[in-house]
Amino acid sequence: MGGALLPAEFTDLEPYAEKWCLPNEPARYAARLNSTMDELQAFYDAMFPRADAALDYCDQFPLTDMPEDALHLLQLMYALIIVSFAVEAFRQPRIPDTGAAELHFTIEPFP
Amino acid sequence: MTIVDPMKPAVGSWTEHYPELGTGLVSYEDCTSPEFHELEREAVFKRAWLMVGRVEQLPRNGSYFTKELAVANTSVVIVRDLDGQVRAFHNICRHRGNKLVWNDFPREETSGTCRQFTCKYHGWRYGLDGACAFVQQESEFFGLDKADYGLVPVHSDVWEGFIFIHFAPRPSQTLTDFLGPMVRSVEGYPFHQHTERYGYRVEVRSNWKLFFDAFQEYYHTSILHANQAPALASKMRDAGFTGAYYELDGPHRLGATGGSRRDRTVSLDVLKPMERLTRSGLIGPWDGPDFSDTATGLNRAGFEKWTVSAFHLFPNTTILFRGAGWYLTYSYWPTSHNSHIFEGNLYFTPSRTARERVAHEMTRATHKEYGLQDCNTLEATQTMLESGVLSSFPLNDHEVLCRHLHKVVADWVEEYQHQRENG
Repeated sequence: MGGALLPAEFTDLEPYAEKWCLPNEPARYAARLNSTMDELQAFYDAMFPRADAALDYCDQFPLTDMPEDALHLLQLMYALIIVSFAVEAFRQPRIPDTGAAELHFTIEPFP
Repeated sequence: MTIVDPMKPAVGSWTEHYPELGTGLVSYEDCTSPEFHELEREAVFKRAWLMVGRVEQLPRNGSYFTKELAVANTSVVIVRDLDGQVRAFHNICRHRGNKLVWNDFPREETSGTCRQFTCKYHGWRYGLDGACAFVQQESEFFGLDKADYGLVPVHSDVWEGFIFIHFAPRPSQTLTDFLGPMVRSVEGYPFHQHTERYGYRVEVRSNWKLFFDAFQEYYHTSILHANQAPALASKMRDAGFTGAYYELDGPHRLGATGGSRRDRTVSLDVLKPMERLTRSGLIGPWDGPDFSDTATGLNRAGFEKWTVSAFHLFPNTTILFRGAGWYLTYSYWPTSHNSHIFEGNLYFTPSRTARERVAHEMTRATHKEYGLQDCNTLEATQTMLESGVLSSFPLNDHEVLCRHLHKVVADWVEEYQHQRENG
């Protein structure tokens, strides 16, 4: 399993890991804007049903001392959250009527 | 349909309960005039206590951060000195005026920890109490006494962990007198336990008061943000959703609404799948701590079920509680008559599990989705206000806090002009 980013139980999500395991909010938001709705929908459809299992897996570990593959899984959860607004509410990557606005979180906790 | 609003004062409207506000059209020329902005800088921002940060940003003796404050045309360094006291200084070296504390980019804010401030230009050094400690080649100067060359102090004080500064040579009020009883009624809330912080800082091309207005009324919520949660917005429009409680105390304002984030079962049908999954949303995590009993002022309206209390501190700070398990702050720092830096910070108690962290993430992400809509709309408002086609506008009873902000700013400007003209 050379090069796997996620725990073995989550190999089904591996195709999404490289794109969506991102270190911070600005990177995740940029990834959403740079995706098509088909890409966002595919990730959402794959990840949403696995979310509870992903959280159960992550919660085996102390939050501040997670193995790297679990950390990647948590990052996929953060990505699912950001993608969900496009899929569940707007049906487009960008929030309607926000073309000129930017709002990047530059201060956030780790992980 | 008739909106039942049992909290309205006996006089029949919130606005008429405060007769000094009047009910007439409100002029927004205070958002488009460069001349008015120059007056506002002197009359408001150099004469009021300004919230610049939290003590958690100064975790150790020697911790410091800088604030770039275009509104006062200065940079300030805020530091916890070696005795633990919070101090503020103009960020200028006494030798030849170089900016004292900065990193790579002179105009950007910075933070760190040190035992002394050392000027990058000629190496003058200052203790964290501001005293000049070292002058490079001191004997080459002419009768220079280091004791006369300490950093220029800015008045500072700390209330409930919030750091305030004041630019007047002698502030006319202490910080606690300035804050007054309404704001001080949240004393006791465990702000210091909320060390998980999510923060952003963005330049918005509108007058600072326009953004402040956006967070002082709920009249826009079910319209501007309708596409965030269509089912919920439709219910809100049908119900004529408004804020439910307003209170003024001196220059400060409070807006509050009822309902409960902990009682979601009644409205599960209007929630999005991701909200149900994460048990979280704009109002905050559904689970988690409840600090309702820590301060009498959190629910001043006495709602049976309480959701939001937003304390708007004059001139440019909001402290907002959504439920009683976390809080957020907004600051609006003018950079010109038609631009400002908007800072938002969300504060939670530290996540203990991935599930808690994900609930916080959902709240933070939802906050951004709404905030971007607010931000973008402001620019649309600013550009048309500047057209000058219209200058006065009708504000309804649920925009009473907007009415109050513009009136207080005008009053302070008028008082300043009066004092200036009469010595």
